[in-house]
Parts: sequence; structure tokens; C-alpha cells
Amino acid sequence: MENTLLDEVFIEANVKTRQFEKVIEIVEKYKFQKSRLITILQEVQEEYRYLPQEVLTFLATALDMPVAEIYGVATFYAHFSLEAKGKYVIKVCNGTACHVKGSMKLVNALFKKLKLNENKHTTDDMMFTLETVSCLGACGLAPVMVVNESIYGQVGDKKVNEIIDSIIEAEGGAK
Amino acid sequence: MDNQKYITIDGIKLPIENERNVLELVRKADIEMPTFCYHSELSVYGACRLCVADIEGMGIQTTCSTPPRDGMIVSTNTAEVRQIRKVNLELLLANHDISCPTCARSNNCKLQDLTRRLGITKSRFKKTDKVHPVDRKSRSIIHDPNKCVLCGDCVRVCKEIQTVGAIDFVQRGSNTTVGPAYGKSLADVECVYCGQCVRACPVGALTPRPETEEVWKAIHDKTKTVVVQVAPAVRVAIGEEFGLEPGTVSTGQMVAAMKRIGFDQIYDTSFAADLTVIEEATEFITRKLKGEKLPQFTSCCPAWVKFTEQYYPELLGNLSTCKSPQQMFGSLAKEILPAILKIRKEDLVVVSVMPCTAKKFEAKRDEFYKDEMADVDHVLSTEGLSKMIAEMGIQFAKLAPESFDLPLGFKTGAGVLFGNSGGVSEAVLRFAYEKLTGETLSKVDFKMVRGKEGIRIADLELGKVKLKLAVVHSLANARQICEEIKIGNSEYDLIEVMACPGGCVNGGAQPVSFDPDYLEKRTKGIYSCDKQLQLHKSQENPYVKEVYQQVLGEVGGHKAHELLHTHFTGRQRIKNQTINIRNTQHPKIEVCVCVGTNCYNKGAHKILKKMMKYVSENKLEDRVGFEGHEDMVDVKATFCFECCERGPVVRINNKIIEHADYAKAKEVLDQEIFVYGELMEK
Ligand code: SF4
Ligand code: SF4
Ligand code: FES
Ligand code: FES
Repeated sequence: MENTLLDEVFIEANVKTRQFEKVIEIVEKYKFQKSRLITILQEVQEEYRYLPQEVLTFLATALDMPVAEIYGVATFYAHFSLEAKGKYVIKVCNGTACHVKGSMKLVNALFKKLKLNENKHTTDDMMFTLETVSCLGACGLAPVMVVNESIYGQVGDKKVNEIIDSIIEAEGGAK
Repeated sequence: MDNQKYITIDGIKLPIENERNVLELVRKADIEMPTFCYHSELSVYGACRLCVADIEGMGIQTTCSTPPRDGMIVSTNTAEVRQIRKVNLELLLANHDISCPTCARSNNCKLQDLTRRLGITKSRFKKTDKVHPVDRKSRSIIHDPNKCVLCGDCVRVCKEIQTVGAIDFVQRGSNTTVGPAYGKSLADVECVYCGQCVRACPVGALTPRPETEEVWKAIHDKTKTVVVQVAPAVRVAIGEEFGLEPGTVSTGQMVAAMKRIGFDQIYDTSFAADLTVIEEATEFITRKLKGEKLPQFTSCCPAWVKFTEQYYPELLGNLSTCKSPQQMFGSLAKEILPAILKIRKEDLVVVSVMPCTAKKFEAKRDEFYKDEMADVDHVLSTEGLSKMIAEMGIQFAKLAPESFDLPLGFKTGAGVLFGNSGGVSEAVLRFAYEKLTGETLSKVDFKMVRGKEGIRIADLELGKVKLKLAVVHSLANARQICEEIKIGNSEYDLIEVMACPGGCVNGGAQPVSFDPDYLEKRTKGIYSCDKQLQLHKSQENPYVKEVYQQVLGEVGGHKAHELLHTHFTGRQRIKNQTINIRNTQHPKIEVCVCVGTNCYNKGAHKILKKMMKYVSENKLEDRVGFEGHEDMVDVKATFCFECCERGPVVRINNKIIEHADYAKAKEVLDQEIFVYGELMEK
């Protein structure tokens, strides 16, 4: 029994190793061309779900460009994330319609529930990440919240607590 | 009859010559058009929109990015243009923390100046309330993003003129700032501290780190004897802070002012430059005659030295081993002054006044400490010294000139030339000529190394020896030369490099000047200093001779080496970046592969790839013969062990493998696994 657990550790490390191998493969595939930077960043982000700093530094070396420039590009596009994200990414819409219908109240409720704030977007257990976005295109359902692939409309205080609690429960209880 | 093209600006008709944009013509019409993001030597950014004018048929345009055309009619002051300009300036103000009275750039800030000129008394826009931390960690430069108007001048200077790219625009929208990667300090990235960004910044967002308080403290401390050395370039620029023309040689006033401030002895870095000439030229002649380690690069510019350490470690052996004049002065002063001034070494404080932000960093390099005491204790910028003078209320321009103290205040013209690009070469030639020909040099000017071009090449014959020299300024040009050498396309013998365009006279710690000809004027000032001095060849400096007789012994000899020479090693560009590739929980053995640029270029990533594969595919625990060691080997990638000359470098536990390849690395790893197994056995 114990052996399997340790095997898992080995496998886990191998998965991580594989991720970095992929990074090398990606830059090789695009022949170290600066002009493919955006595509390279996209593919690297697919591997890690975000762009780890050190990997960006590696890319800067491989593409022979200043780190500041690559960081500038990575922070310019909203699509790229420099922070590791939680397993569940919660997006709250703060477009006009949702704003009017109290999306900030919703954000505050989530801050409280998940112990997050303006500067802390991800819970310590790497379970949840909270983001605000401008208009999810579902204004009829305002205020709207998306958790990974699932969309929830007209989310009030009570509903938001229920949604989060059910995820925590599914993940094996509160920590 | 002719094809002469004309443009009309505010009713004035002007011929179009080679101007690249309307702005240059507007300036020719003697109109001081406000600009924030335009610098003639940089690419056009066109973001501040202050340079707008109404062009007939084209409407409102930014003149900096509009090429002139025949028959163009330009108005720079219509109601609409004035309105736009004011609104734009107000917007800039809304982004700025307006802390003028306490700002280092209070006396020469473009924003303040324009606000006054355009008669703006308040900004109607809501101020951004975000407060950014001020970066004070680097020895050289303070970066205060709260004052930044995002003109991007610094970014372009760093990228285009210096090819460093330490800073860039980061984030977007209202969160945009300018700075190094990952919000790091300038102290922890590849910045070479040349200070050209400081010079370009129109406001006080980038300023030289002042060390005036430390210096005042030393002066007030009665137990200390404070001596000061002043670099050549300072004397032709400091007057600007007191209303004198750029290039005015105000050596005498400067010395007088420093006496009043309370420095005990006032010396000249040019004395040490004379020493540098003798050491460096002798080193050069030896290398040339032996045909070794050529080309020889000069090493007196600390920004260039850091640049080489980071980007061209394979050329470090080509750098002259001479310390810079500042550091030669420091180590010599600490060696000989205690006896001359009859004080204890601990009570001697060496201050220098430099036109250069990188000199502040240089003085703190580990090599330049002896017995935990710095050779140079504090480095003031030119503008720092002028602030001390201003604080005392000294009427600089009215002072009666005074002279430097002896012996370390005596110099020849050759030593002063160090302030200009081309000056080090010229000084070296004045020495090498006599050495190689055995004749006395009567016409001391070597005009072939003077000039403005970024790369100047001179061929000459001294006696039987043919020499090819290159004089290079700005690091983009230095990079070009280094690349030529790397591909083996270079026949140079001696290459002088100064990181600042024009040399030290244009250093990052000089006063910021808005005079369009300030650089030419300062350059001329240096050459006129040389003219005014009695002696022009370093080898004729009687006090330098005396120092050799009494202290140093032979030129290039043992003692000279100890005091006047140094060594260089590869340098990390960015601090604290390690990729935890396996992220092993309980690693017993750590494999760390350098993927810094130099190792990377030598194929380090291929070694890494194979090591990763080896570790992933082999259950190395079997070798140890114990269970529970599945995950015993951790793999990391790091950026630079600072021994790039011997790359690729791999570290396994505490074993450093230089000139590594996969086979070598694997062998060491296997050994470590074996040793670990033995250990567990016991
Ligand atoms: S000091 Fe020089 S290298 Fe450093 S950021 Fe400024 S321009 Fe770039
Ligand atoms: S730091 Fe200065 S030069 Fe750089 S963008 Fe800001 S205002 Fe412009
Ligand atoms: S100077 Fe022309 S847009 Fe800034
Ligand atoms: S790049 Fe400097 S040691 Fe590898």
C-alpha cells in the first residue's frame, strides 16, 4: 500500500518534469523566434495554467530577449496570468448590467467567504481563485458568476454560499 | 529652378533639408515646441501628444512623427492646438505626485517647466490614488514610479542606446508602470547603472542616488579626515547648476567650494588616470608584442565592465586588468595617505565626485574592499556636490579659484582627457608613442580618435608597430564590436569603450541640461583643460613618478598589481530565479543545471533535457537498495553560477562541474547516488 503512495510521488515529480520538457519542446518547435512569442506564451500557459516567473526568465534566455520585455508582454495581455490559479477559477462579471445588479456585493461576499481581498486572489490551499471580468455576455442573468465551466445567474448572498460550500464538500470537506 | 522644398511654420517659410520630421523644422523656426517623448537619437514613440500642431489639410498632428512635405503649412498655436496641449499636460499632471519642493529634479524638470510655461494652475482631472513603492535598493539609481509620466524615454534609451532592456512598460491600462521584470529592484536585474535613463527622464522618476548625507556626516565627524577626488568630467558641467554655460571650466571655483564645505584635502581623479595610462598602456604594449589576449579593452567604465560580465564573459580576458581611476585612487589613497596626513587608516574617509551613477555601484563591488574597509567610501554625483554647495548658499560663480592639494591633486592633460570618449585612447597613445618609437612626442594631439561617431577606427604606425584602434561609445555600439570579435572578424588591437554617449561628460550623474549643444560644449571644455595644463603626457607627471619610486616599484610589478589591478568574472543578470523542475518533496540529491545565457548558448538545455529524462525514467532508488527513496533526486534549473567563462555549468549537490556535458554530469550523479547508498548502509 505504502509503495503505491510513494510511487505516486515519483509520478507527480515526473509530471512536473514533463511540463518543463514541454517548455523546451515548445521553444524548439518555434525555432527560438521572438516573433512567435505570443504563441509560445500561450502554449506554455496551457502547460502550467499560468506563467511561472522562472519559466518566463528561461524563455527570455531561449529567445534572447530582455526579461523585462517578456514580462511586459505577459502582463499586457489579460489572457496571461502570472499567478498560479486555484483548481476552481471563479469569475464574477463586473460589466455595467452586473454592476448595477450588485456584482460588487457578490465579490465582497466571496472575499469574506474565501478570505481573499483586492490583492489576494487565490486561497492558500490553491482551491479557489477569484477574478472579476468585464461582461460575460449574459447580462440577462445579472449578476453573473462563472466557476470553471459552469455559469450561475442572479447570484445572491445565499446562493453564493451554497455554491462554494457544495464545491468544498465535493472536495472532501472544509479545511 | 531648383528642387528646394519649403515648409511654412507660423507664417515663416523655411527650406526643408534633411529633417526627419516637422518638429525639427519647428525648432529651426526658433520655436521651443513642448515635447515629452521625443529624443532625436531614439525611435519615435508619439505618445505624449504635446508636440501637436495644425497642418493644413491634415488637421492636428504630432509633429515628432510627421515627415515634412513640400508646401506644408503648419500652425503651432491655434486655439485648438493650445487647448489640446493644455489638456494633455493636465492629464500628465493627474498621473504625477506633484511633490516639487522635495524632488531631486526640482530645478530642471520638464513637467514643472511646461506647466509654468503653459500657464496651468491646476489639474481638473482626478488624481490617481495608487501609491507605488519607491525602489531605493540599488546603489546607483532611485526609481520613484509615482512621478513617472510614462513617456517611455528611459525604456527606449535602455533598449536602443544600451541594448540592455532592464526596464520596460509593464501591466496595462491604468495599472501601467515602467520598471524591471517581476516588480524587482534595479539592484537585482541586468541594469548596468549607466544612468542614461536618468538623463532621459523628463521628471524626477529616475534620479541618481544621493550620498550627500553620508558625506556631511563624515565631514561633521571631528575624528575623521575626509579627502575627496574629483573626476575630470565634473569640472566642465558643475557650473551649469549655478547658471554658467555648459562646458565652462570651473575647476578653481569647484575646489574653492569644496574647501568651504569642509573637505580636508582636495585631490584629482586625473592623477589616478595618469597612473591608469601608464599601467594600461604598458599592459597593452606587452600584450601586443607577445601577440596575446588582443584586442585589449579598456576597463575604466564600470557600466561597460558589468555589461561584459553579463553578456560577454568569454571576452573578460580581453579587458585590461587595470582598476578604473576612481578605484586606483581609492586603494592608493588608503595605502599612502595615512602616513602623509599623519592619521590612522580607520580615520581616513575617501569620497569621490563622479559624473557617473555606475561609479556608485563600482565602489561597492567586493573586490574593492580591503580588510572590510572600502577603498572609496562614498561617491557623490556631480549634481550631489552641487546640492551641497547650494545648501551652504555658496555663490559659486563669484568664488576666487583655488587649486588642488598635492601630491594626489597633480595631473597632466592626458589624465583629464578621460572625461571624453576617445580620451583614454589619446592618453594611451601619448605614452605608447614614446615607448614604441623611442622618440619624444612633440605634437600631442591625436585628432583621429576624437569625434562624435559611435565607432571610430584609427590605424597608425608607432615605430615598427602597426596598431588598429577602435573608440566606441554607447553599449549598442560596444555590442556590435563584441559580436564582430566573436565571429572572428576583428583586427583591433585596442578598443576603448565608454557606456555613455560622448563619454563621462555625458554621464548619468551629471546635471540634466536642456541646452541642445551641451554635449559638444562639455567635450570642448575637456580639451581646453588639456590645453591649459603645463604637461600633457602621463609619463611626465612628477608625482606619479614619485609614487612609483616610493610605493609601487616597477610599472606592472608586484605592488602595482596588488594596488592597481583587479579581475573580473561572469555575472548573473537576474537574482533569485530557480526553476524547481521536479519539485521533489524530500530530495536526497540535487541536480542543478545552469541555463543562464552563456551556458544556454553552449547547449545547457540539452544537458538538462537528458538529465531530466534520466532521472524520470530510472528508478534510481533501486541503486540505493532502500525503499522510500523513489523521489530521491531533485532537478532544478538556475540562471548563472557566475563562472560563465567555464560553462556549461552543472552542480550536483556541492560538486560543480565546469565545461559540463551529459556524460560527465551523469557520472557525477551516479557517484553521488552510490555514496548516498553507502551512507544509508551504515
Ligand atoms: S541605468 Fe542604464 S542599464 Fe540601467 S535601466 Fe538605466 S539605461 Fe538601463
Ligand atoms: S521613468 Fe521617467 S523617462 Fe521613464 S517613462 Fe517614467 S517619466 Fe518617462
Ligand atoms: S513629443 Fe511628439 S508625441 Fe511626444
Ligand atoms: S550563464 Fe553564468 S554560469 Fe551559466
